[in-house]
Amino acid sequence: MKDIREDIAWAKINKDVLGSLENPRKLYWVILFCAFAAFGVGIGCEVYQYQTGLGVANLNNPHAWGLYISTFIFWIGMSHSGTLLSAILHLMHADWRKPIYRFAEAMTTFSLMTAGLFVMVHIGRLWQFYYSLPYPDERGIWPNFQSPLLWDAMAIFTYLSSSILFLYVGMIPDLAICRDNMHEGWRKKLYTLLSLGWEGTDRQWRNFRVTYLTIACFLIPLAVSVHSIVAADFAMSQQPGWHVTSFPPYFVAGALYSGCSGIITLFIILRYVFKFEEYMTLSILKKIVRLTFAIAMVWTYLNAVEFASVWYSSDQASKDILIQKATGTYAPFWWGMIFCGSIVPLTLAFKRAQTSIPMLFAVSLLLNLGMWLERWMIIAPTFSHGYYPWTWDHDQWPSLVQWGMVFGSFGWFTMLFMVFCKVFPSVSMYEVKEMVYHRSLHLKKSETAEQGAP
Amino acid sequence: MSVNNLLENWSQFRHFHPVDDKPHDPYKWAMSIDLDACTGCNACSVACYAENNLPVVGKEKYAHGQAMHWIRIERYWDEDDREFPDQGAQFLPMMCQQCEAAPCETVCPVAATNHTADGLNSQVYNRCIGSRYCSANCPYKVRYFNWYDYPSDDNVWPAEMNQQLNPDVTVRGKGVMEKCTFCVQRLHAAKGTARSEGRIVRDGEVQTACQQACPASAISFGNLVDPESRVHKQWQAQQVALDKDVQTKDKEEGGSELRGYRIFEELRPYPSVMYLERVRESAV
Repeated sequence: MKDIREDIAWAKINKDVLGSLENPRKLYWVILFCAFAAFGVGIGCEVYQYQTGLGVANLNNPHAWGLYISTFIFWIGMSHSGTLLSAILHLMHADWRKPIYRFAEAMTTFSLMTAGLFVMVHIGRLWQFYYSLPYPDERGIWPNFQSPLLWDAMAIFTYLSSSILFLYVGMIPDLAICRDNMHEGWRKKLYTLLSLGWEGTDRQWRNFRVTYLTIACFLIPLAVSVHSIVAADFAMSQQPGWHVTSFPPYFVAGALYSGCSGIITLFIILRYVFKFEEYMTLSILKKIVRLTFAIAMVWTYLNAVEFASVWYSSDQASKDILIQKATGTYAPFWWGMIFCGSIVPLTLAFKRAQTSIPMLFAVSLLLNLGMWLERWMIIAPTFSHGYYPWTWDHDQWPSLVQWGMVFGSFGWFTMLFMVFCKVFPSVSMYEVKEMVYHRSLHLKKSETAEQGAP
Repeated sequence: MSVNNLLENWSQFRHFHPVDDKPHDPYKWAMSIDLDACTGCNACSVACYAENNLPVVGKEKYAHGQAMHWIRIERYWDEDDREFPDQGAQFLPMMCQQCEAAPCETVCPVAATNHTADGLNSQVYNRCIGSRYCSANCPYKVRYFNWYDYPSDDNVWPAEMNQQLNPDVTVRGKGVMEKCTFCVQRLHAAKGTARSEGRIVRDGEVQTACQQACPASAISFGNLVDPESRVHKQWQAQQVALDKDVQTKDKEEGGSELRGYRIFEELRPYPSVMYLERVRESAV
């Protein structure tokens, strides 16, 4: 099984990818419509909550945070594998990433945007959110640099702006191809503007490579630090169940995990919707699946580390929360998280599962369900069973407004992502050509060797 | 405001708060609550509602855990085999402990909650953006969030009730955090009077609303650094020091006979409220 056919003509690559900008399968419009509808639900909930106050989310004391922060972490997590595929694997010269990194990077950008929205809907006075930014203020008031939330705000903005830049820079040669092949209209104007006069000269390619590599190197530490900082929101606090040293690596592993399974889901959808069967091959899918399996095991291990360090510590309050998670109100969800996060990925170890599309689609959705539950199980049990017994509240249940917003966020993400894939080439044409070229060169060499060198 | 602000040598201000702190001068507001005297009558809570313009949220929201009581009376049933009504109960009034090293202060992204020079944990409503991180990190869970726009939309004070609102205290709109202030408006007024007379506030000159309303005089409030104050004397008699996470008396073998303790001392928030343990009937 090959990652890609060596004999695909370059013109065919152009034609196929440009075709995705023009005529996707009907399913595309169905997905886009559903996404719009879901987003509409989210908007409705937010308008209602904005008008009425956060009480309609059924938050209370002690449950000060709810699904908003859980889903925020979930979306931050989703963003990480894009960087893994596009930057880390780029540095490692893993060329199988080439047909799929573009959409993975787009996933990074859009899931970060989605995560940012959750911060906004979470705060009580949305209209004053800019207080948390370090802007020059005539009264000399800075935000509080001690607060992990502030680090969060800064890390996310940095990561978002760098990943938009990375996505854009990597796309310039392809935008030039679009510009040259697109019929007249607003799209041609857009591509002309965005391709920055790319002509493919030697000098341009050299500068392009250096820029791309530089941003890739810049992005990798950011990806690690962003989720470590999100983990710091919890690890730096004093609450039982959050005050855990292993949280930063645990969060990063969880992020890569949910990101990878998100990539599998989107891989399968894009492959069908945009007829990318020739580029997004099963062989590449198999590689991501194996990567996901490895990360799933890392996540499972770190989970076990957390449980063990709590269980064998003398911190009774943390221990109580662990017991509460396994036996209390949240037990079905907590065990669901263990099942979806640690048991379901075991199926990925089987070769037949690694290339079965319906199976992988179902598994990847389950994995992400598990990862969403994981984030919820970090937030809710600590609030329900904190230090102060008088304020224990095991019965609080998020209202439909919260669920609606979570639902809407998936619509918003899918909408952005689908529009992106229709407007911009979601498979990197120039890099697929490189890949085909290198592979055919390699093939020729081995053929010559077989025939026996003179 | 300039970048120079950021370049200053801030490390010179770093210290283990409040252990290495300058002593509060001339005020450190503190409390002591005698649980032996407390009857659980809730007068303190009612007084607090009246003094601080707390919204009365009604049954339904109360059941949802959205009550705004800055001071709450907690009831703990005695676990002997007696049944209600013979079963005994203990009460504990709980409000913001005005911690010296408050967990809520460091985590606020916009620095809306700060420590004042006289040892209060202040909440700046206008600066608060409602991230609720302070509440998340508060071990006592004594911070209350305005889940609704109580003063206007919710109409918690019908027209004629507006007349009873305390003009010295603001009403808070939706989306901000609030909590017990030790009746900071009274403290300010008393300090102002004292300053104009060129002295410091005398013990007993200022009372918190809960203290004033308590029929059993269970609550005493005052200036901890004033050696003549009742609070100071009580803390001293109970050998409870503000800047310790374990009191010397508790390290002694067999514990101490003294009743004074602070809640969650071991988490090192250095709370400013000392409780005097109830003397059990069985122990007498």
